[in-house]
Amino acid sequence: MNNSKFQISNFKFLIVCALCSTLCVLPFKAFSLTAEEVVKKSQEAFFYQAKDFKARVMMKLISKSGQERVRELTMLRKNYGASGGEQKYFMYFYQPADVKDMTFMVYKFPAKDDDRWLFVPAINMVRRIAAQDKSSSFVGSDFTYEDVSGRDVEDDTHTITKEEKLDTRECYVIKSTPKAQDVDYTYKLSWIDKDNFLPLKDEYYDKKGELYRVFSADEIKDVKGFPTITKRSMKNLASGHRTEVTYTKADYNIGIEDSLFSERFLKQPPKKWIE
Amino acid sequence: MKRAQSIEHRTQTKTGSILLSVIWALCSLFWNLSFAFASDISIHGFLQGNYSVNTETSNPDGGDFKWAEERLQLKLDASKDPFHLFLKTDAFYDHIDDASKLELREGYIDYSSSAWDLRLGRQIITWGLGDLIFINDVFPKDYEAFFSGRPMEYLKIGSDAVKLGMYPSFASAELIVIPFFEPNNFPDPKRFHIFDPMASITNREEEEPATTLENMEIALRIYRTFADFDVSLYFYKGFLRQPYMFPNNMTMPTKIDLFYPELSVYGTSLQGRAFDGVLSLEAGYYDSREDRDGTDPMTPNSQTRFLLGYLRQMWEDFTIGLQYYSEYMHDYSGYEENLPAGFPQEKKLHDLASVRLTQFLIHQTLKLSFFAFYSPSEEDYLLNPEIKYNFSDSIWAAAGANIFGGGREWTQFGGLDRNDNLYVQVRYEF
Repeated sequence: MNNSKFQISNFKFLIVCALCSTLCVLPFKAFSLTAEEVVKKSQEAFFYQAKDFKARVMMKLISKSGQERVRELTMLRKNYGASGGEQKYFMYFYQPADVKDMTFMVYKFPAKDDDRWLFVPAINMVRRIAAQDKSSSFVGSDFTYEDVSGRDVEDDTHTITKEEKLDTRECYVIKSTPKAQDVDYTYKLSWIDKDNFLPLKDEYYDKKGELYRVFSADEIKDVKGFPTITKRSMKNLASGHRTEVTYTKADYNIGIEDSLFSERFLKQPPKKWIE
Repeated sequence: MKRAQSIEHRTQTKTGSILLSVIWALCSLFWNLSFAFASDISIHGFLQGNYSVNTETSNPDGGDFKWAEERLQLKLDASKDPFHLFLKTDAFYDHIDDASKLELREGYIDYSSSAWDLRLGRQIITWGLGDLIFINDVFPKDYEAFFSGRPMEYLKIGSDAVKLGMYPSFASAELIVIPFFEPNNFPDPKRFHIFDPMASITNREEEEPATTLENMEIALRIYRTFADFDVSLYFYKGFLRQPYMFPNNMTMPTKIDLFYPELSVYGTSLQGRAFDGVLSLEAGYYDSREDRDGTDPMTPNSQTRFLLGYLRQMWEDFTIGLQYYSEYMHDYSGYEENLPAGFPQEKKLHDLASVRLTQFLIHQTLKLSFFAFYSPSEEDYLLNPEIKYNFSDSIWAAAGANIFGGGREWTQFGGLDRNDNLYVQVRYEF
């Protein structure tokens, strides 16, 4: 009896020791992030920073032969809920001349298709446009709609392939593989800055496993304390076409009203937001 | 009879209207003020060549072109909160009529406050959800422009109107008052072969609704979002913009009066995301106020019009749009009983289906599109293939065709059978 009693208390002691050691190890484990956590933080830093955001966007679409086309717009974005949640976008076009005064509005929802509206000033008409394909080119550029407004974290499986320096910045290198065949690439490698979680480079690989599209963050500035990519480019290695984007007048927490995202202001965008 | 088109070719500008003078006075005042206060002013526009040549037969007057013009458009924008001025003026040389013309396409002043806004002047108003099918869009249109291969924006004609926008939290509303009647513009009988049931009677007089308080057109739209759907309610009281014929004698007519029947429209529309695309529903009751029992053969009967539309992106830069539209004639027996002998009889249900295919290529600089109307009830059709290329950010060109056929000579597209044309549009935009 005594012997068995001792054995039980000894066993209890072992369990307590095991629990203690687990508890001791856990906090250390928590310091290293999972791939999903890195991608979530990156999404927050890249697409969801602050309550709202505004920038004058200059896009240069450059063909292989060097012919340039320009798309210039003001982009206004407001968050509804936490990072990864609903957002509304409002865009006003200055250039080229045939789209001047056009406005474009997107209600972006996680895990379902966006609602998109376009205002055509020549006939004073607001209409909804079909938006099933998120991998469609944004205004003919090398950026897709998803590149402009983000992709649901849950749409891909993410793994950290390595951690390395890109120039001087320490990065996580994340491999994201789409769960469904809803995009052109089979996987994407992202170099995500360990410090500010902005993507510094993305490489897109096609079905043959060949690199065909490269994103790079070319200039990062601090705007109201938020590190912001103010120059970026997307190159299509297969076609030789590339798009260079510059953000000017970038600003955060500027108090964009909910009412902006309406038919009224699509037709008559308020001057204060599009100057 | 109903689709007997107007034989009067109309000019779009209404000179001498009081409202226009008021607008011009306000514009010039605003122009001077805007310089004084150094407001935000911009001038844009385009130079355009637009030609459309017959592919089947010459025009009734012997010409080979449906349209041939060079055009300059200037758009002036000036704003100083809370005002905004917009002028869109076209100057063009028409090679068919061998004449240069000036046209004020739009000219208005906006006043905006936080809860409401006002637009005064000539303005293009577009309501409803249809793609080239109009139920609650009761505002003036230029069908000649559309059938001649002119850019789509010329399908719409500005209304000299006052528009009040109101934006309370529960819904938005647009109230439009149009004091000066503007009819639709139908194909010119010198340029188009069109069906006319009384072609031999050339003594015709057109009477537009007089500019009186009683004849003032009123249009109201109330809209809001409801469960992710855009919902609108519409009301219109005014006139049908298509003229109807009133012969002085039913058996031996010597003169025809063309008039615009009184009309009220009560309608609704709903649009939202469904079935991986965009679904549109629109309906309207056309109350023909001068012929509520449907017994007057010279005035249209009341109708219910209905539209179902679906738009879907099938793959990158390729979109398909499908529509089904129907017109149901009320009091059909009254119409049948009173229809004079020898007149083509309309069907109780007139329907129309459409398909639009659009493919963008080469970074959205090349656009291939195909649009087709087919009417199952009339068995007539319209086909419109088009190719458009943006040579640069400022220069584009488009080429396309309008092909009409099927049905009978009094049906909408069957009647245009001999007017097939090939068109070119070239534009330099600045």
